[in-house]
Formats: sequence, structure tokens, C-alpha cells
Amino acid sequence: MTLNFSQLWRYDDLLLHGALLTLLLTVIAAVAGTLIGVCGAVLVRGGPRPVRWAIRGYIEVIRNTPALIQLFIIFFVLPSLGLRLPPFEAAAVALSIYFGAYAIEIIRAGLDAIPRAQLEAGECLGLTRWQVFRHIVFLPALRTIYPSFTSQFVLLLLGTSLASQVSAEELFHTGGFIDSRTFRSFEVYAVVCAIYFALVMAFKLVFAGLQRLMFRWPVRR
Amino acid sequence: MALVEIRDVHKSFGDVEVLKGITLDVEKGDIVTIIGRSGSGKSTLLRCINALETINGGEIRIEGERIAADMPNLRQLRQRVGIVFQAFNLFPHLTVERNITLAPVLTGKIAKDKARDLARDVLARVGLAEKIDAWPEQLSGGQQQRVAIARCLAMSPHLMLFDEVTSALDPELVGEVLKVMEDMARQGMTMILVTHEMGFARTVATKLVFMHQGRVWEQGKPAELFADPRTPELRNFISSVK
Amino acid sequence: MRTFNEADLISLFSALRWTVVLVALALACGGPLALLLALMRSSRLAPLRWLAAGVLQLVQGVPLLGLLMFFYFGMPVFLGIEVPSLVAVGVAFTAYTAVFLGEIWRGGIEAVKQTQWEAAACLGLTRWQQFRYVVGPQAFRMALPPTVGFLVQLIKNTSLASVVGFVELARAGQMASAATFQPLLVYSVVAAIYFTLCLPLTVWSRKLEARLNGAR
Ligand SMILES: Nc1ncnc2c1ncn2[C@@H]1O[C@H](COP(=O)(O)OP(=O)(O)O)[C@@H](O)[C@H]1O
Ligand SMILES: [Mg+2]
Repeated sequence: MTLNFSQLWRYDDLLLHGALLTLLLTVIAAVAGTLIGVCGAVLVRGGPRPVRWAIRGYIEVIRNTPALIQLFIIFFVLPSLGLRLPPFEAAAVALSIYFGAYAIEIIRAGLDAIPRAQLEAGECLGLTRWQVFRHIVFLPALRTIYPSFTSQFVLLLLGTSLASQVSAEELFHTGGFIDSRTFRSFEVYAVVCAIYFALVMAFKLVFAGLQRLMFRWPVRR
Repeated sequence: MALVEIRDVHKSFGDVEVLKGITLDVEKGDIVTIIGRSGSGKSTLLRCINALETINGGEIRIEGERIAADMPNLRQLRQRVGIVFQAFNLFPHLTVERNITLAPVLTGKIAKDKARDLARDVLARVGLAEKIDAWPEQLSGGQQQRVAIARCLAMSPHLMLFDEVTSALDPELVGEVLKVMEDMARQGMTMILVTHEMGFARTVATKLVFMHQGRVWEQGKPAELFADPRTPELRNFISSVK
Repeated sequence: MRTFNEADLISLFSALRWTVVLVALALACGGPLALLLALMRSSRLAPLRWLAAGVLQLVQGVPLLGLLMFFYFGMPVFLGIEVPSLVAVGVAFTAYTAVFLGEIWRGGIEAVKQTQWEAAACLGLTRWQQFRYVVGPQAFRMALPPTVGFLVQLIKNTSLASVVGFVELARAGQMASAATFQPLLVYSVVAAIYFTLCLPLTVWSRKLEARLNGAR
């Protein structure tokens, strides 16, 4: 057994660059996907029937097909729609659509979990609908979906590695590049995995910290 | 002019008519107690008064203003009418203080820097001044219900509605909530309350309303109705709750 | 260049076999390990709990793609011999399955009230008997819907085996796409096959979930 990491250190700035692109890809897809999630959840609960069906269809298709295949399809569909996007942008679109489907389900469940009585209590105090949402619904709903939302976010972070399969530049792709230069495949991917692991742990810490800050009220068990 | 005028109000859920022509006047300062069997439409009537339900016929006026679920100044109306529910419905993520001051601040009734004083003031009226910084989950049922009452009082309503506010409480906690309501009655608050506390209905109420099958079956002075129920339905009801 | 024809379709379906083999392998090897991890995490011995939690954090903290590469390139390094790609890929999916299923099953076990363990203990059952006859069956009911849900994830994720050249459905799709230059058509067919496979499971999982919530 011979392990040799020494050649890899020359590529530290490449790896850092790759990690930053992975973060960028994750954040773009998370933000866009969450927007899709919010709009989708609102429409799926109260939109016109055809819209509700369309959203349900979108969710089922995305959730029941591999993200890798979705990525390929979008990568090849966009040009035929006249949209020539570079791989990174195409991957961002695909991952947003992917994350959006899961976000809709999560956010819908959060909204459904708010008791009607809470809304009525707010209404009875003479608050506007927006005030009721902002001050009464939002935080408790966020608390309900927080565990599933954050773990979905971590899955997204790890899932951005798929973008390497359409040659989008991110951490995993960088790994492939270094592998092709050094032929130390195992060492390269071990290091790449370690970086993903560090990123995941960092996010988990941040999420735990935020959770403490935002959700201070006690809950009945 | 009565504070609340209810004229021939009808309300159906689907095919089921729950209120079948309710007519009732509530004068300023009145303490109206509504009693009746479960399912007779008491909660529905209260919810109609606050436009939480849309009525299908008749009309309800509060301070002369005809109310409807789609009226433009519904929010202003609701700021004048407080309602307390059986299930407290405090906001779990806000402290007692914020539960109380949220609406007065958001509706511009009071400046932000005066809010804590207001909270302290209304909490004192329900005997919970020391709980101002507690979370709802840390309070007993009776305390939560008193905070819910204080939350309404903070809006200085002209009328208070109570829907079985003691029914979810352990027996030993009922008294503290009733006492708060008696104090409010003594201070001249107009109140409509649904309750199974016959003692309260007998001693505090100025008017007793017996609802049966979606109708006002009997109404009058509590002492007279208790002493001499005219219908067998009321007689049965009184003897069953004793 | 040629167009997508029946022969391509047949090759897709024959590659589907390997997707199924991979799923079966992952469940057969990963399932028992998952049970072990779940039991370790509800164990009364702290070191066992920590070990299981550590394995979980580690495997769930790297991309599945990374896991595949790790074993694909790592097994020759550590074992000193070339292994068939099925073995490397199988090991990666076993690890993946063990950890995710283990977590789901732990959730099921924890959803059973502590008093059930105690009640069983009071009857003089051993710790294993308590699990086998009292807690396990109840946990199974709770964990079944998410377990079926995970099966869908597993089926979809076997597509990643294509990355190390293992020919299953997704890889066969890539090959057909390269041969025909009709990526859109080919990948749509591939997606449709996955969809037909996964949708019934998703629906079933949802039904089980609804029944469980109704029963509570
Ligand atoms: N939102 C609703 N939808 C359908 N039926 C309702 C609804 N609310 C109340 N009801 C029905 O109306 C009747 C009266 O209910 P309610 O006013 O709550 O009675 P009470 O408060 O006197 O017990 C009951 O039969 C109840 O089932
Ligand atoms: Mg009622």
C-alpha cells in the first residue's frame, strides 16, 4: 500500500477555487430553489386547479427521476430552446429545479402545520394578512421545517458534485482535473471527500447555531 | 341603540343550517351569558359576531355598523371587539409581553416605547404582572388564559367575547379566570360569553340566553329563568348541568 | 451516425438488469449493517453510540460520487488487487444504504416509547428479546414509509455508478446518446424508465405514511 499525497499540495489553490465554486453553486441553487419552493407551496395550497396539477406533476417527475439524468436533459434541452448556457450555469439551473421540487414539499408541510386557530387569533386582533404571516406564522413554520430543510440543503451541497458530469467547474471537477495530471486517483478523491466533509460540518455548525438563535421558545413534547 | 344588534341571523355549513334566525340585543354594559347543549350553535354565533364566519341571512350591527366578512374596515372593527377562545391560542414563539403588545404596536395603537408599560398594566389587571417575560409554554392553563384575556384588553375593546374559556382548564384553575372576568364585568365591560359555569351565569350575568337547535330558545333575567324555566328543554338542561 | 432504434431500447432494458442487481446488492448487504447501526445508536453503551454516530457523520458528509471514487480507487490501493467494478460499486452502495437506512430505522426505534422497553424488561425479556418481540415490530411499522422512500433514492442514485464506468441504465443511456447523437430523446426514455420504476414506490410510501398517521 503506497499513498502519496505530496504531489497534491501544488494544487491547493485549484482545490480552494473548486470549493468556492461548489459553495457558489450550492447557494445559487438553494436560493433559487427556495424561491420556487415558496411560490410552489403557496400555489399548490391555494392556486387554480390546473396550476396545482402542473406543480404536482413537476414534483413527481423531479422526485422520481435521477438528478444526473435531469442534469443531462437540461444540459441538452436548453440549447434547443435557444439558451446556450455554459456548463456551470446550466448545472445551476438544473440543481435549482431539482431543489425547488423538494423545497415545495417541505414548505407546504410547514404551512400546513400551522394551526388555523393561530391565524384566527391574529385576525381577531385586527392584523393584516401580511402581518399575520410575518409575525405569527413565519417563525413557527420555519421551526417546523428547519430540520428537513437544512438536511435537504446538505444533500444539495453534496449533490452539486453531479455538475462535474457536464464538465461544470466545481470541486469534484477540479478533483478529476488533478487526477488527470497526477494519476494519484485515490489520494485526490480522498482529499476532495475531506473538503466536502469539512464544508458539510461547517454548515451543520452554522445551522445549529442559527437554530439556537432563532428558536428560543420552549415547545411542549 | 344597542351596542350589538343581531337580527334574524342565519348560518349554514353546507346543507346544515346551524343558526336558524337568531335575534338578540346587547346593550352597553350588558353581561350576556349564552348557555346550551354542545352543537346548539353558540360558538358559531360568537364567530359570526366577529366576522370569522360569513352569515347567510339577516344582519349583525356593532355600534350601528353593519358587519360582514368582506367589509373594508373589518380590521378596525376587530380592534374594538376582543375574543377569547377555549384553547387560549397564545402565540408560542412570543413572550407574554410580545403576545400582548404585538397587535397594539402593529396597528399603531401605541408607540413601541410605551408597549412594555401597556403590557405591565393589563397583566396587572389579570394578576400576572410577574409573568411578563415568560414564554406561554411555561404557564399553567389558567395563566395562559388570563394572558389571552390581557392580550385582548390591551386593544381596549368596547366588547369582549368569551367562548367557553374555562372548559379546557383543570377544575382548580377555573376560579382564577372567572375572577378576572368578574372584575371586568364590575368595571363595566360589555361581554358576551358562552359558558358552562352556571354559578357565573346566575350571579354575574345581566342577561341569560338559552340556545337550542340553532335558535334562541329562551332569554331573560338569569334569576327568573333559573327559577322558572318556561320550556322543558331549558328545564332539562338546567337539571342536567347541576 | 444512426437514429435511436429498438436495439438501443433493448440495450437500455438489459442494462436495467444491472441497476436492479445493484439495488438488490445494496439492500442485501446494507440492510443488516443498517440494523446493526440502528441498534448501536440506541444502545446503552456510549462508545457504541459514538462509533455509529461517527460512521454516520462521515458517510453522510461526503458526496455519493466521492464514496464511489473512494472505493473504486481505494480498494486496489488497500487490498493490493484489482477488483471488478461491481464489487467496488457494490461496497460503496452498501455503505450508503447502511448509513441512510440505519438512520431511518433508528428514528423508528426512537419513535417507540421508552416505556415499551421497560414493560418488556419487566416481563423478564433479554435486551435482544425486548427488541425482537416488542420494540422492533412497532418500530418497523413507523419506519416502513421512509424506508420505501429511501428505496426510491437508492434506485435513482444507482445512476451514479455510471461515473466509474459500471454499465447500468444511466451508463447505457450515455452510450446510446453518444452513438445516436439524440441525447434529448435517449435521456427522456431513460428518465421515463426510472420514473416508471420509482413512482409506484413513492405512491406506496405515501399511502403507508397516510395510513400510519390515520392509525395514530
Ligand atoms: N366549520 C364548520 N364546518 C361545518 N360544520 C360546523 C363548523 N363549525 C361548526 N359546525 C357545526 O355547527 C354546529 C354548531 O357548532 P357550534 O357552534 O360549535 O356549537 P356549540 O358551540 O354550541 O357547541 C355543530 O353541529 C357543528 O358540527
Ligand atoms: Mg362551542
